[in-house]
Amino acid sequence: MKPKNQRLVLVAAALVALVAAALLAMIGLRNQASFFYTPADIAAGKASDGKAARLGGMVEKGSVRREADGVTIHFVLTDGKAQTPVTFRGIVPDLFREGSGAVAEGRMQSGTFVADQILAKHDERYMPPELGNLAAEHKAGKTLEK
Amino acid sequence: MIAETGLAALWLAAGLAAYQVFLMVLALRSSVEVARPMRGVAVAQGMLTLIAFAMLLLVFARSDMSVSLVFANSNSAKPFIYKVAGAWGNHEGSMLMWVTILAIAGAFVAFFSRRTGERTLAAALGSQAILALGFYAFLLFASNPFARLFPAPPDGQGLNPLLQDPGLAFHPPTLYLGYVGLSVAFSFAVGALLTGEVDARLARAMRPWVLGAWILLTLGITAGSYWAYYELGWGGYWFWDPVENASLMPWLAATALLHSINVLAARGALKAWTMMLAVIAFSMSMVGTFLVRSGILTSVHAFAIDPERGTFLLALLAIYVGAAFILFAWRGASLKEGAPFELVSRESGLVVNNLLLSVILGIVFLGTLYPLFVEALTAEKLSVGAPYFNAVAGPLALVLALLVGIGPLLSWRRERRPVLRQLKVPALVCVGALVITVIVAPGIGILPRAGFTVAGFLLAASALPLANRNPFRAPLATWGMVVAHFGIAVALAGMAANAAFSSERLAIAQLGEALSVGPWQVELVSVTPTAGKNWTAIEGELRASRGSGPITLTPETLYYSAAPTETIRRAGNILHADVDVQAGNPLQLLTNHRGLELTLPGQPDVLPVTAAAVSRPSVRTRFGHPVRRCFEHLDGVRAPVAPAGLGDLSQHSFSG
Repeated sequence: MKPKNQRLVLVAAALVALVAAALLAMIGLRNQASFFYTPADIAAGKASDGKAARLGGMVEKGSVRREADGVTIHFVLTDGKAQTPVTFRGIVPDLFREGSGAVAEGRMQSGTFVADQILAKHDERYMPPELGNLAAEHKAGKTLEK
Repeated sequence: MIAETGLAALWLAAGLAAYQVFLMVLALRSSVEVARPMRGVAVAQGMLTLIAFAMLLLVFARSDMSVSLVFANSNSAKPFIYKVAGAWGNHEGSMLMWVTILAIAGAFVAFFSRRTGERTLAAALGSQAILALGFYAFLLFASNPFARLFPAPPDGQGLNPLLQDPGLAFHPPTLYLGYVGLSVAFSFAVGALLTGEVDARLARAMRPWVLGAWILLTLGITAGSYWAYYELGWGGYWFWDPVENASLMPWLAATALLHSINVLAARGALKAWTMMLAVIAFSMSMVGTFLVRSGILTSVHAFAIDPERGTFLLALLAIYVGAAFILFAWRGASLKEGAPFELVSRESGLVVNNLLLSVILGIVFLGTLYPLFVEALTAEKLSVGAPYFNAVAGPLALVLALLVGIGPLLSWRRERRPVLRQLKVPALVCVGALVITVIVAPGIGILPRAGFTVAGFLLAASALPLANRNPFRAPLATWGMVVAHFGIAVALAGMAANAAFSSERLAIAQLGEALSVGPWQVELVSVTPTAGKNWTAIEGELRASRGSGPITLTPETLYYSAAPTETIRRAGNILHADVDVQAGNPLQLLTNHRGLELTLPGQPDVLPVTAAAVSRPSVRTRFGHPVRRCFEHLDGVRAPVAPAGLGDLSQHSFSG
């Protein structure tokens, strides 16, 4: 191959690779990205059943209930506007508690959010970014109630 | 005075870096001989940053609480090694470490590099100084590690307990060394583009740095991966977390660069391509630093969100990467084309390697940043996780691993030897592996099965470059390549096994009760409280057996007294088990159970285990105290200083 052609071939190959990466990524992202919802979004019907999603909110006081097997728990996440029941089988983070923020990863199944994983606010200094606004709103709401 | 000495050294180093840039301009605009003074300045700058960093270590070692960084991230009760490691377990300290390594790398280049032309060297050192200047500015104006507190508080707030781990002592420094090693490749590329001396000599000067950086990145990623594996709740060895991706992206680019630079060194070909990769590799390091330091993405790694610093880093990133790309566009086209090669040749093999790595890099990059794009454009929040990366990048990685077995057998320029005939044995091993997985584990997924198959092929094929000759007379470089490629096969087999054979069981167990998980019988033997210097723990003992002698597992849950953070759980063994003390659960879920409950969920089966828990009233009273204290601390104590800037923890701390 002549040097000049060789360079052309290499540039073409690089471009093809670039486009391929972008296409693959776009197709994959369309199918696999999971959206973040609040209970209000769920109530508005934004989440479709069975599709991976994240749900964030405050754990409603008095809603946590544990099944007899000791490892399955049910609770309700709320954003002040709506409530979504959540089911989770596994060990919740140590800082998971009523009245505190939590994010559930999983999917909606006939009105209940089935979580594979629960993320909780894990120390005084940090919160998942999605929950930042929510916590602020929640606090504002509380102050108004008072 | 120690802190002030450090700050002064930092200012002086910044001044020298500015002088170095001035010398570079002089070297490029006229034929003034500047290389010698430049070497001296670069070495002095490296020494000064080293002094600054040593001062930071010293204030941490002495627990000088009048330095606000020490107050926010250390505690006098900490074991000594974590006091020292705490110096880089926070934002300011880790940025100082970054710039120290950057300047020392510059000093090493100045001291040892004799291979490139003097003008290129001067330009490369100048480029390194420009990089350093940005980070000096960042430290001095936006994140001063030596800021004082007055009056000095009596004791510090403590390091996040998750960081009180040997992992912290090694994982960030190795990764940083890797990142910064790539900065040298970047500077050489910029220097060579400026002078136009892109040739085999340059490649040979760059190569040790790229190789070193690649090794350190590999070690750093492996160390982090192992840390995440035994620390429960971090999602196992690899989670496709944005911050993990931030270290993977430079690694992918460095791997591509390591291969293409050999083509440049051996054949003088792929000039523009290699320069491009050198720029991309360091850009990825900067992107990684930005992602980690700005806290812009949701991550299992925790950071306080500080928009100002994020913006500063983003501006640095944009300036450096933008300038490098403009330089490349301006000078890249004028590079002379290198030696030609045939379609089937080692060069072509390496091009294919580079293209595949680049595609994987693109996929990881887009997947990692996609949530940012979407949120900026539509205000919708979403996250991209393992399903995307596994499905899109996984198959490509397998194709790449397959080609890794073939590429090294090709010869330069034009293929003369019949390559396929050499591959008989690997092909047999490959088919064997496939048949075995079908017989032994008919139910596993496609990707793990393909993983086993490709791993089998590569295990055999990676040794071929040594098989055709006397292995003891083969060059060390060949040995290095064979070991690295063999390592890919081993890693691939491990990942496939983890994906295929993990089993998990959640259950509540009584003391002395045995549970079965897959082929394993796991018995909960005992639950004991233990204590360390600044923590208390509950340690479970489990005995796992599978026919032969039992393996003992000692998972533990730790509570740190001096840090406002959640408890952490460690697997205690490569076989996973977890102790979950529900008695300490503030939700009071378990009032209908008597006393303390331990839940021991397990992980794998290859490296197996389980789940269990106990009811034993006496234990509860003993553990009630540390647990409660921990939560009181959480609820009642707030940082007296606004935590915004103090809170970011350099590495891990979000426990999923």
